[in-house]
Amino acid sequence: MARSITPRRKILTTAAAWAVGILIFFPIYWTILTSFKTEAQAINDPPLFLFFDWTLENYSVVQERSDYMRFLWNSLIVAGGSTLLGILVAVPAAWSMAFVPSRRTKDVLLWMLSTKMLPAVGVLYPISLIFVRFGLLDTRAGLIAVLMLVNLPIIVWMLYTYFKEIPGEILEAARMDGAGLKEEILHVLTPMAVPGIASTILLNVILAWNEAFWTLNLTAAKAAPLTAFIASYSSPEGLFFAKLSAASTMAIAPILILGWFSQKQLVRGLTFGAVK
Amino acid sequence: MATKSSRSAARVMLAPAVILLLGWMLVPLTMTLFFSFKKYLPLRGDSLERGLDWVGFANYARFISSSSFWPSVQTTLVMVGCVLAVTVVLGILLALLLDQPFWGRGVVRILVIAPFFVMPTVSALVWKNMFMDPVNGLLAHLWRFFGAEPVSWLSDASLASVIMIVSWQWLPFATLILLTAIQSLDSEQLEAAEMDGAPALGRFAHIILPHLGRAITIVILIQTIFLLSIFAEIFVTTGGAFGTRTLTYLIFQRVVDSQNIGLGSAGGVYAIILANIVAIFLMRIVGKNLDR
Amino acid sequence: MYRRTALLAAGAFALAAAGSAAAEITIATVNNGDMIRMQGYTDRFTDETGIEVEWVTLEENVLRQRVTTDITTRGGQFDIMTIGMYEAPIWGANGWLVPLDDLSDEYDVDDILPAMAGGLSHDGTLYAAPFYGESSMIMYRKDLMEAAGLEMPEAPSWSFVRHAAEAMTDRGRDINGICLRGKAGWGEGGAFITAMSNSFGARWFDLDWNAQFDTRPWADTLNFFVGMMNDSGPAGYATNGFNENLSLFQQGKCGMWIDATVAASFVTNPAESTVADKVGFALAPDNGLGKRSNWLWAWALAIPAGTKQEGDAKKFIEWATSKEYIKLVAENEGWANVPPGARTSLYRNPNYRRVPFARMTLDSILTADPNDSTLEPSPYVGIQFAAIPEFAGIATEVSQEFAEVYAGRQTVEEALEKAQDITNDAMEAAGYR
Repeated sequence: MARSITPRRKILTTAAAWAVGILIFFPIYWTILTSFKTEAQAINDPPLFLFFDWTLENYSVVQERSDYMRFLWNSLIVAGGSTLLGILVAVPAAWSMAFVPSRRTKDVLLWMLSTKMLPAVGVLYPISLIFVRFGLLDTRAGLIAVLMLVNLPIIVWMLYTYFKEIPGEILEAARMDGAGLKEEILHVLTPMAVPGIASTILLNVILAWNEAFWTLNLTAAKAAPLTAFIASYSSPEGLFFAKLSAASTMAIAPILILGWFSQKQLVRGLTFGAVK
Repeated sequence: MATKSSRSAARVMLAPAVILLLGWMLVPLTMTLFFSFKKYLPLRGDSLERGLDWVGFANYARFISSSSFWPSVQTTLVMVGCVLAVTVVLGILLALLLDQPFWGRGVVRILVIAPFFVMPTVSALVWKNMFMDPVNGLLAHLWRFFGAEPVSWLSDASLASVIMIVSWQWLPFATLILLTAIQSLDSEQLEAAEMDGAPALGRFAHIILPHLGRAITIVILIQTIFLLSIFAEIFVTTGGAFGTRTLTYLIFQRVVDSQNIGLGSAGGVYAIILANIVAIFLMRIVGKNLDR
Repeated sequence: MYRRTALLAAGAFALAAAGSAAAEITIATVNNGDMIRMQGYTDRFTDETGIEVEWVTLEENVLRQRVTTDITTRGGQFDIMTIGMYEAPIWGANGWLVPLDDLSDEYDVDDILPAMAGGLSHDGTLYAAPFYGESSMIMYRKDLMEAAGLEMPEAPSWSFVRHAAEAMTDRGRDINGICLRGKAGWGEGGAFITAMSNSFGARWFDLDWNAQFDTRPWADTLNFFVGMMNDSGPAGYATNGFNENLSLFQQGKCGMWIDATVAASFVTNPAESTVADKVGFALAPDNGLGKRSNWLWAWALAIPAGTKQEGDAKKFIEWATSKEYIKLVAENEGWANVPPGARTSLYRNPNYRRVPFARMTLDSILTADPNDSTLEPSPYVGIQFAAIPEFAGIATEVSQEFAEVYAGRQTVEEALEKAQDITNDAMEAAGYR
């Protein structure tokens, strides 16, 4: 930051950046705000920005109608479980591709990514039939498996790009010292890889949390996560903006908070090898 | 560098991921291929147990000859292309802006990345109802405030509206990756150029943009993978009406609305072919850029 | 191999059954007001019977997608599904639903309105019990009608409606003479235009299952609708469905609204509606051809065949669609809020007859005949739909073409031509032609 910056320029930049930031954030702000209004206030013209009777009624109505905690719990288990499982499978794979590359490594990697291009709707029937056959419908285990597979290519790729940035010389040095494969991984690589793994975990929790096709189609009551919760508020009779807002806020709040608290970790690893 | 033992160890470590993904790809794909050659109308009583009639390539012929097919391919490409263009261009501008020193960078960054955390269903619902509703939406209020006739976004500017919603969701992702890339730029090089009196635009075109090439490629690759299968945003907002029916959505209509599994499966095979064409195209560019 | 999986599965089920002593049923339902109200009373059912109830409440389109996939793949995720008059006979014919032919005497199955029971049966066997039933009718603003110097007949014609709509329209005050569904979707705008087309003498198919969109009555229907809506309808009506119109009407922005009879209780409810005391009702319009434009629909509860909880599920259905449930709601929320249109006895009840929309609702239901809905003979059953499995898919696409007309993105002729192609193509794919 050696560039000389005039105060004037800094003020202008600040104004511009904040304006853009607020503009981008506005829909979320508006949703949260509306969730505290009555239905009539929610559609008031002119729109009410601050001065209205704040009410928690929408939240209690939503909670009364659907047991939020259960959906939340399912979301946590499914997003967390699929991510952890994915990491377990992906770390060794990414490690081997990054440090012991072969001629086919890049092909394997790109092939993995290409499996994500299979349109989910196209295989809805096959997957449903498989789920019925094995009794996996409406189970968290089934959902965890599917979401793990859906996101695995992204996990592998992200870890791969991250591992590749770990300089090979360090490994050489460790080997010279006579470290075995196990020590190499445990003592040399792991500490260096932790930030990359952390941000991979974060990104995939977000992706799994927000996945709305399989989570909706393969669950009923027991394993239904927040994506199913929101499906019951999308267009009921009469005015519903405030209740929709409350339900939306409840559905996105946990992941939003998680994302904000961990944004540094997330950002650090979210390069996909874009920076060299 | 790699010894024989580490190579075989590597293969063992790679195996679970490859086997799982192979299974995840092959099993449904085989079933989809199988169904695509069959007459499979479950609502008419067809089922696997009773056996399905072989119909050859009839489903393929019917799917492609439908008047909705080519428009849907076009819509898919336009939608993906526009979202990519919007997110990359705005992402670069935003990254340049956020790279400048200003007060409250941390907070602004939090504001900017927030849309990425919002479920597609929620963002589509919020945009559709609270912003784009032609009577009670906020945009309608805004339009009326300026004395204009509110726009029926989702029928009059449907494709643009969907593109806007999706772009809003993906802009943070593009911005973050591009921002990281810009921050990794050697600032001395920039300063030197600035001292030499290179105009801002020139500095951007000759130093920053080339440096971003790799990041832009990554953004395009990752986003394309997700954008090709966009579903919730269309399902919630227009239901495929008003020229927003993508190939994915057309398959959905065949499989779920019409309950014609054979026809839908044939559509799924076409979608895979399209995805692969796009993929090969992308891989070429990415492959080149990744090797650099 | 097969046998072993079957054995394992059976073992697993046995374990699961032994593990859960307390009975539990899972119900998939739609997120409309009456259903949500019912969820609120579920505790009473559990108290009476000891049966726990799990609700899966979904928006209509998502619900259809979920239950249809579940029933065709034999997923068995639900013990009770909320389905409509369209699904019940088709699924019943396929043997996918448990016949409701052994309901208890107290339930009094003969009390179900014949039109509803007929529409939810296949070959005379009832497959789904109506929770509420509806037809469609005109809801209009008495004050605006009076101000326009007009009087609404009990059974108006389309030309009167169009004339009245023009007279009531006052764009300056944000009042639209008429609000109608234009939204794509077979159950939204598709249902409205199909019911309307009946009164213009149109039909979906001739007796050989050929699409009929190239005929004069369809062009007349669509031209009339578009002309009237462009003159007197709200802006952006191409995306308005039931909900959008309901909220417009409640906000006083519509002179007339032709839609589901169940809406009557929402527009006359002072807590929700700004025009609650100014609403009048009339039969859906006709064209003097002998067919009116009202439809017939019921949201009903059905039990998918193969559920392990058949007995408990039946108990719930008997409870939820009983006379006692109606009484329960009436005691707690007033007679205007009971689920309407399902039982004859409700319309004999003097308390209910005092509800302003009761008579017109019943008259509308009684004039709707799914077995004879079109002027010229047709091969299908159903008024605003044809009860064949292919209809939902076809009509959704056709209604999307129509919505393009409403939005001014294509002409009536173009839309009808495409509708003709889409329909014939799909019917060919299904082996009708």
